[in-house]
Amino acid sequence: MSDSVLAPADEAELAAAVAAAAASGTPLAIEGAGTKRGLLRPVQAARTLSLRGLSGITLYKPQELILQARAGTPLPEIAAALAEHGQHLIAEPPSLTALFGSEGAPTLGGLVATNLSGPRRISGGAMRDHVMGIRAVNGKGEVFRSGGRVLKNVTGLDLCKLLTGAHGTLGVLTEITLKVLPGPEATGTVAVAVADLAQGVQVLSAGLGSPYGVSAAALLPQGLPAGWAGLDGPQAVLRLEDFAESVAYRGGRLRAELAGFGAVHWLEGEASRALWEAVREAEPLSAEPEDAVWRVSVAPGEGPQVVADAGCPKSLLDWGGGLVWLAGPATEAQHDAVMAAAAAAGGTFTLFRAPEALRAAVAVLPAEPPALAAIGARVKAVMDPAGILNPGRMRAGL
Amino acid sequence: MIRLPDPKPEVLARREAILAGLRAILPEDGVISETLRLKPYETDGLSAYRQPPLAVVLPTSTAEVAAVLRLCQAEGVRVVPRGAGTSLSGGALPLADAVVIGMMRMNRILEVDYANRLAVVEAGVTNLGITNHVSADGFFYAPDPSSQLACMIGGNVGMNSGGAHCLKYGVTANNLLGVKLVTMAGEVVEIGGQHLDAAGYDWLGLITGSEGQLGIVTEVTVRILRSPEGQRAMLAAFKGTEIAGQAVDAIIGSGIIPVALEFMDRPCIHACEAFAHAGYPLDAEAMLIIEVEGSVAEQDMLLGKLKEICNRFDPISLKVAQSAEESLAIWKGRKGAFGAVGRISPDYLCMDGTIPTGELPFVLKRIGEMSASYGLQVANVFHAGDGNLHPLIMFDANDPESFRKAESFGADILKLCVEVGGCLTGEHGVGVEKRDLMGVQFTAAELTQQRAIKSAFDPAWLLNPAKVFPLEDNPALQRAA
Repeated sequence: MSDSVLAPADEAELAAAVAAAAASGTPLAIEGAGTKRGLLRPVQAARTLSLRGLSGITLYKPQELILQARAGTPLPEIAAALAEHGQHLIAEPPSLTALFGSEGAPTLGGLVATNLSGPRRISGGAMRDHVMGIRAVNGKGEVFRSGGRVLKNVTGLDLCKLLTGAHGTLGVLTEITLKVLPGPEATGTVAVAVADLAQGVQVLSAGLGSPYGVSAAALLPQGLPAGWAGLDGPQAVLRLEDFAESVAYRGGRLRAELAGFGAVHWLEGEASRALWEAVREAEPLSAEPEDAVWRVSVAPGEGPQVVADAGCPKSLLDWGGGLVWLAGPATEAQHDAVMAAAAAAGGTFTLFRAPEALRAAVAVLPAEPPALAAIGARVKAVMDPAGILNPGRMRAGL
Repeated sequence: MIRLPDPKPEVLARREAILAGLRAILPEDGVISETLRLKPYETDGLSAYRQPPLAVVLPTSTAEVAAVLRLCQAEGVRVVPRGAGTSLSGGALPLADAVVIGMMRMNRILEVDYANRLAVVEAGVTNLGITNHVSADGFFYAPDPSSQLACMIGGNVGMNSGGAHCLKYGVTANNLLGVKLVTMAGEVVEIGGQHLDAAGYDWLGLITGSEGQLGIVTEVTVRILRSPEGQRAMLAAFKGTEIAGQAVDAIIGSGIIPVALEFMDRPCIHACEAFAHAGYPLDAEAMLIIEVEGSVAEQDMLLGKLKEICNRFDPISLKVAQSAEESLAIWKGRKGAFGAVGRISPDYLCMDGTIPTGELPFVLKRIGEMSASYGLQVANVFHAGDGNLHPLIMFDANDPESFRKAESFGADILKLCVEVGGCLTGEHGVGVEKRDLMGVQFTAAELTQQRAIKSAFDPAWLLNPAKVFPLEDNPALQRAA
């Protein structure tokens, strides 16, 4: 198996490897640490192109809010460098290794290629919002750049956004420049006991519509393990992150404004941090190893209806109700129900985790309208004419 | 002078037939073709360039836009989308053989949803119009370009507009949920919706800032945010640009991200003070306007921290607004900066590059040297938190030599921005203005790839051609003439 893994030491070697693969028509599975190998469709590729040789932070200017690193850099290395200067990744990207049952730490390239964002997505933006620059190799083996190392840049087409979330199908990211921000001095969470999901989303909506700068808003399901953060679900939880004086003041105002909905708790410091780390990793979903897992994105108010329509036994709502995590039987019937629920709510879905057979058999992402699908096929042909980059990862035959 | 592609003779020859086709699609007053009535459309915010189009159409619905594009595609007619025509980079400059599609009649706010914190609006709604519509309920639309009174959301999407407050709230791309896009083939596609993040390719991200190269946006779903409890500004003036730059570094390093962090150099301070009498210190080399948000107590806390930081850099003057009125007074000079420069010079070019913020002192020094060697004055406004620099180059448009020099000076500044690790444009777009400088920032292969992506949307290069990409080496725009 090992001789089928290409592990170039630098960008030039990587470009040469891709060019050679293009010439011979050899499909490549692009991989960082491989922690999300189970995401979307299985890639049928003769060879794996590993980014592990392209690692390390290449530029970090805390005062300019800019960090640049090679794609194979492990997330903990980046988090540690940022923490030294009291800064953090704005989108709060999840690791999800527990969910996928995978080993090791995710890489920066993998996080950008999958555009996975955590609870702070609703207030701070997604991974895609903070990718200020990329270097990448297209499917012809050509190195190209987009964006740069500054915070504001509208020069030319924004290929940073096109490649973020493209799951390695349009190019192999080799270096990424991120906007970063100072981490908060303090954090606190208001938890409100709610009667049901509908009321829960109302509470989240009231908090997010307040002037107190709620940074995250989730809905914890009923039946949380006993003692979990001292709460018993269902609970609407809203996070504040700021200077200590602000968190104290805003927490007080928010508790007062939300008290009418149900019993209110206040979690501070470590208790608050642990709760949101768990939400980020979808722990309250309590997915069993044999369950399939879906992520549905809808307008926040549609979240409860999606849960009802999909009929999955387990759910967790984040992003004010707009991100619906679902877990249930790994069957085509259940998948169809989730697809229908997402479509009825006007949103999108991702089959996030499932046995390989199901992932290969069904559409793991919603179909695009024909006009857009045709444009997508032409863009794919521009970036990867030989079709060698992660073939079939997002859609069968693409 | 910028070169425009040769008009297509076959299109000019079929002008009457094309006009008749357009009149069959649109209401009677929706097609403009008389020379005099085309006049207002012959230029935009980059008024040095003028070119009357073949015709202007003013559609009132997505269906009309789609029908116009189908006709233009069939006839091989180029189209130029236009919002309010405020582009400073010539993004809406017409071509002699092009139909300008003016979006100003599509100005309805279709839906406001406070529970989901979004608004669905047509492309011709003004930027400020969105905020005005929701402000009584305590909400606002965050990106605030200087032209926000006039500029339209469709143009904001096209240019990925920023503003003075994007350090905290991001630019247009960060505040969108979806668009309705009409392709050059006249197909209507919904991209995104009322949810966050695409499950497939991020078309919304690619289209935002694509300067009308990929399609015409007719509807936009924006995120609206609850307004903070209040905001207040302070002013800090320093003896040198370097020391002011160090103060900016110290502010960001302290963990405070102000909602706005504006920097003005000495010529700009003087121009603004003469115009607005805002009480700016005339002996300063550099001045910062810093704005914070929150309750009054939170404002006091943040302004206290900021004051303490600025005091470490030996300020000439430090003034913390005590009221909303005093905040407005501090902002008054900055907001009138363009008008102020307009008063001391008959004409000016507003440039727009971004630099790594640490390079500011070096860049300002180099700009000063260039100013002396070109013999043209320049005033600099700078969004200090995000490195977006706006040099205002003063010249006399009645003197062709003065204009030529100003353009050349501007190009040198933008090349300098790229040289120090920045880019050609932070928020105004490439348009025609910076089109021929694209080779400074990108390799030929990179430009070829970007053009191929445009071709995937618009194979015949009918959508706003002659913008963004250099004309040279562009097979799509080379004609057997």
